[in-house]
Amino acid sequence: MDNQDYWKANIRLMLVLLAIWFTVSFGFGILLVEQLNQITFFGFKFGFWWAQQGSIYVFIGLIFYYTYKMKKIDRQFGVSDDDEDDA
Amino acid sequence: MDAQQLTYLFVFLSFSLYIGIAIWSRAGSTDEFYVAGGGVHPIANGMATAADWMSAASFISMAGIIAFMGYDGTVYLMGWTGGYVILALLLAPYLRKFGEFTVPDFIGSRYYSTAARVVAVICLILISFTYVAGQMRGVGIVFSQFLNIPIFWGVVVGMAIVFMYAVLGGMKGITYTQVAQYCVLIFAYLVPAIFISMLVTGIPIPQIGLGAEVADGSGLSVLQKLDNTLVELGFAPYTEGMKSKIDVFAITMALMIGTAGLPHVIVRFFTVPKVSDARKSAGYALLFIALLYTTAPAVGAFARLNFVDTVHNTQYTEVAGWFKSWEDIGLIGWQDKNNDGRIQYYPGAPFDGKPSFDDTRRPDGSRTVTNTPTASNNEVYVDRDIMVLANPEIAQLPGWVIALVAAGSLAAALSTAAGLLLVISTSISHDLLKQTMAKGLTDRQELFYARVAAVTAILIAGYLGIDPPGFVAQVVAFAFGLAAASLFPAILLGIFDRRMNKEGAISGMLVGLIFCFSYIVFFKFVAPELNSAEHWWFGISPEGIGTVGALLNFSVAFAVSRLTPDVPDDVQQLVNNIRIPKGVGDPRSH
Repeated sequence: MDNQDYWKANIRLMLVLLAIWFTVSFGFGILLVEQLNQITFFGFKFGFWWAQQGSIYVFIGLIFYYTYKMKKIDRQFGVSDDDEDDA
Repeated sequence: MDAQQLTYLFVFLSFSLYIGIAIWSRAGSTDEFYVAGGGVHPIANGMATAADWMSAASFISMAGIIAFMGYDGTVYLMGWTGGYVILALLLAPYLRKFGEFTVPDFIGSRYYSTAARVVAVICLILISFTYVAGQMRGVGIVFSQFLNIPIFWGVVVGMAIVFMYAVLGGMKGITYTQVAQYCVLIFAYLVPAIFISMLVTGIPIPQIGLGAEVADGSGLSVLQKLDNTLVELGFAPYTEGMKSKIDVFAITMALMIGTAGLPHVIVRFFTVPKVSDARKSAGYALLFIALLYTTAPAVGAFARLNFVDTVHNTQYTEVAGWFKSWEDIGLIGWQDKNNDGRIQYYPGAPFDGKPSFDDTRRPDGSRTVTNTPTASNNEVYVDRDIMVLANPEIAQLPGWVIALVAAGSLAAALSTAAGLLLVISTSISHDLLKQTMAKGLTDRQELFYARVAAVTAILIAGYLGIDPPGFVAQVVAFAFGLAAASLFPAILLGIFDRRMNKEGAISGMLVGLIFCFSYIVFFKFVAPELNSAEHWWFGISPEGIGTVGALLNFSVAFAVSRLTPDVPDDVQQLVNNIRIPKGVGDPRSH
């Protein structure tokens, strides 16, 4: 396949972002929630905040960062859909 | 005008808007009917996806569930948002590049097999029908509570509206109606939330108010006060859960990957012009969804606090009007166990199951509940669904806010119902007829059958809404488990594992589907008395079993694919092609 390097760059970015996704939700919000609850954060127990607020904010950030970064990677490897007209 | 007239007015205005949009955006071709011609702007698609996604369950039930589950409600908050990260990173861009109409289209072509396509259609119909029945029920409840229309006529009106824009407009009509519905529903959700946050904490932003101090001079934050109050009454603290860690983990995961595998959500990403738009659109969708999902835990906590404050140890004759009006329609039931005329609210069920009433009233005007009381000293039964609907009344907000909430709940239920009905009708006209049983159909004929299928699906959904078999409410949550265990792994492997063949994918889907289905049916219907942690496998409840089903699906698919013939060259080419964004065409590539 011609675009192997492109695919590798994509997978690398994806794995990093998925690791963050897992850490904030399953890590902070579920597995480590008791430990983090010892800390107070703007009136919230910190673990509880991650579970019911923080993880969701990070999810949004992850998708927009992925969109931005992938556009760059697309262009770098010449496979971007920049010039295509609307269908 | 009183609250009821305002409600009629708001509902009438919002319905006229939806119908107007439907007429303006009628579909003329299958392309427009299935994927809105593939020309929807990413932000508009984000809003439409958000409305499509946020159902009656999100709008009406979720905050109530959180109010009564506290920390354990987290499974829904993270589960129903985290799925969008998976969707954006792993599925949406590639499926858009593939450029066909439906999820079974992808599975059928990628696994070069009609059998795979038919299995996917079965999964899709099973998932979508369990889901749509709940929406029609939601429409019925709103009509009966706010407009005093019997549930039957409520559902009929709802069916007529969905008929107008789903059958005439197809995906094009649905998309632009959903954009309008998103605006209605988010406004209707945020306004009362802001009012209540102001009332309780003096801070207008509910997300911050949830962590702020209660404005009663106690110096405690909302969550501290809630923890203290509940512990005093013998409940578990609000911010700590009752479920086991492994179960919370499994349910959250099942909801996340189930979300990513839901056909009516996936298909929305077929409607944008380009691959990069599909990524962007997933981001906007989650942003619009998060507006409601980060507000819901605040609404839940405020509602619980208000509920305990107003109800506990209050004389029935003095209790607020909303308590009595919900009691009148049977969603609240009170049994004065200690005969002191006051309402006591404690942990545990007051009696088994839902309240049944005889037609008599006790001297103080309360309805007589005929259930056998439990040993618990709790006297109140409260249906979780009423928290959002009753909230404006509990907080004594003006009539127009109540009217707004009614219009918002209808928008949430109708938009989701329409999206689901569309994927059902599409999978029948396109996947079963055009691609499998009657390959010679012209575009016009196919469009005709798509409309016939949509009408049939609406009638069945309406019937399920008016006369729901007892199991409907219970199985809605399991649509996610089934999606997680069947469709999600097949799609993911189709994109990321070039060597995955039809034998692997089909056996994986079947194993995942049958496993989950049996586990759920066993614990919910065959032996409900065994449905508790000590009997579950690995301590995972039926709600979370989709996670195990997905793992099984992956393992079986992988093992089988390595023992059976390699995939043909043209399919390998297809996989190479969907992996790069360049060269996307109309959503109709052949």
